[in-house]
Amino acid sequence: MDWLTQGTWSPYVVGIGIGILSWLTWLVSSKPIGCSTAFARTAGMLEELFRGKQAVDRPYYQEFTPQVDWQWTLVLGIVLGALAAALLSGDFTWQWIPDRWAAAFGTSIVIRVIVALFGGILLGFGARWAGGCTSGHGISGTMQLALSSWISAVCFFVGGILMAAILFKLFI
Amino acid sequence: MKKQKNLVWGLLFGLVFGFLLHKGGVTRYDVILGQLLLEDFTVLKVMLSAVVTGMLGVHLMQGMGWIQLKPKSGSLGKNILGGLIFGLGFAVLGYCPGTIAGAIGGGALDALAGGLAGIILGSGLFAAAYPRLKTSVLRKGDFGDLTLPQLFKVNEWVVILPLSALLILALVLIERVGL
Repeated sequence: MDWLTQGTWSPYVVGIGIGILSWLTWLVSSKPIGCSTAFARTAGMLEELFRGKQAVDRPYYQEFTPQVDWQWTLVLGIVLGALAAALLSGDFTWQWIPDRWAAAFGTSIVIRVIVALFGGILLGFGARWAGGCTSGHGISGTMQLALSSWISAVCFFVGGILMAAILFKLFI
Repeated sequence: MKKQKNLVWGLLFGLVFGFLLHKGGVTRYDVILGQLLLEDFTVLKVMLSAVVTGMLGVHLMQGMGWIQLKPKSGSLGKNILGGLIFGLGFAVLGYCPGTIAGAIGGGALDALAGGLAGIILGSGLFAAAYPRLKTSVLRKGDFGDLTLPQLFKVNEWVVILPLSALLILALVLIERVGL
């Protein structure tokens, strides 16, 4: 059982594992793996909490009901699964600043959190605009050969490579 | 009852997904930025091997009549612009909606305090902007739920087999170059 406590697995083992997992989600739940809709439902639930029922009148929430669904528990499961993996391999660490970030931009927690917040806003907005994220479009959609997903997946990386170059090559 | 069962299955699938993401190292900011800076191809290796494995299996299962795939519909305005905005956020945050959940499980506090709040906020902002976007840019260049085999007017396996070979070749080349 050494493999359970091993720090990292080959990316191919992990990728093939995710591929097989996607067979099972289709077979058992008739659903593709996806994550970003769960965040939109959460946004709706929070808005309902603060603004009341009128918040869910938004046309978007008519299409994506703000409630806990299969994908929402899937995302919760990701947190717990990653936690289990981290504990088993003994590499769980509370960390505010990723190493690579610290090397480039310093160790201010405030700056990192503000930038992460801003990046998150773009990411959430873009995921809903495109109708999916790295898992929904990037893995589940491309394997279904959907044109929408192939275009999205390419644009995720075009935008990401461009922005990473601007941040890491121009700023410093 | 059926609904609760569904939620439990979601949780179980999520557990396995999160376990795999963490073991692959792709829940780490450093690995994701390494990919976007084209220095470390772990993310692409995981994604492409998942896509090839998944693609072969789900189309076989659909051929057997066991499942019915649901390709997402889209448009140029939706997928190009949305994809690029997502990409910018991807590099600024250093996680995506799936991997951020895994990063939080691994103890990443920037993901929890900054990124998670941001994604929820961004999704909410989109919900607010949706009525205006829906009737304009999201409709530009609408192509519905078109798939690549439909686009090229060929049998799906005429796309699946060469595409699988091409993606595997890309992975072999990446390994050959030592990335």
